[in-house]
Amino acid sequence: MNFDSNLPIYIQIMDLIKRQVITGDLKEGDKLPSVREIATQLKVNPNTIQRSYQELERENLVYTQRGMGTFVTEDKQLVKELKVNIAKNIINNFLDDMKAIGYSPHEILDLISNRVREGK
Amino acid sequence: MTNIIEINNLTKSYYNKRALNNLNLNIESGKVVGILGPNGSGKTTLLKILAGLLRQSKGEVLIDGQKPGVYTKSIVSYLPDRNFLYDWMKINDAICFYKDFFVDFDEDKADDLLKFMKLERGMKIDSLSKGMKEKLNLTLVLARKAKVYILDEPIAGVDPVARDQILNAIINNYEKDSSMVITTHLVRDMENIFDDVVYLSEGDILLQGNAEGLREERQMSIDELYKEIFG
Repeated sequence: MNFDSNLPIYIQIMDLIKRQVITGDLKEGDKLPSVREIATQLKVNPNTIQRSYQELERENLVYTQRGMGTFVTEDKQLVKELKVNIAKNIINNFLDDMKAIGYSPHEILDLISNRVREGK
Repeated sequence: MTNIIEINNLTKSYYNKRALNNLNLNIESGKVVGILGPNGSGKTTLLKILAGLLRQSKGEVLIDGQKPGVYTKSIVSYLPDRNFLYDWMKINDAICFYKDFFVDFDEDKADDLLKFMKLERGMKIDSLSKGMKEKLNLTLVLARKAKVYILDEPIAGVDPVARDQILNAIINNYEKDSSMVITTHLVRDMENIFDDVVYLSEGDILLQGNAEGLREERQMSIDELYKEIFG
């Protein structure tokens, strides 16, 4: 995996796992790979992965069972909220980019509704 | 966190040339620390002092509370920046050599690592490629159950596949209760395995800190920061 250079790696790994949770690649109650497995796979210091897991746990998205491993939360509501938050982030980034190249909110809305009507 | 290595006002001169200039550095146990700098910045000199192969001109180095000597050599596993095995040896001889020298050498671990590196005990050292020699040297160094691993340019001069294997071996064999000090100028390939980094230039520390902290604060990768500092 290629990491963005200007963000701490532990945050990028958290984002990666969050995406897997909202797309269903990781389902509620699924066991996350061990710290060492991910560390080897991504070639990242195990301490960094540990930090990602700890932060995810602080956000209640995963929980640790002593001696068993780390699991995805079974709280469906929380996963839904996560999905909404990530969607909001994508929209915000998009809007910032559009404003930066000189589009007004109205024009953006028009462009989007046309694009959606055209379909794929 | 306790400091496994403490370096105070360390200076090393070779005749008139200063290789290390009043260096101060602490390394916590359980950390992987990258010493980054161009050729001639003093990286190898620093590691050789930690390994007990060179004596400083001034200042103090303590490893697990002791000056470099018989005790520290028993807890420090050192990978020099060039092949250190004799050409007449087979891999098996090299293993026996290490077993004789170091009580903390774990033969089972060595066999696991050999297998991982696709090396066999019957192979002759002088028939190994550069990458294979590098892998064998690292195998021997990592097969010790040391408190401190000191790796001088572990991925220099090997192809990308071997590089990945070496990185994996380092990550897999990292233990919470030991520390690693690694020098490299191939920053981009290794930066993700460092907890802390130290930028060294002509014997001076220009910048040191937590790798994630620096990425956040400077908004750039450790590699980009390297280019900014030395470019």
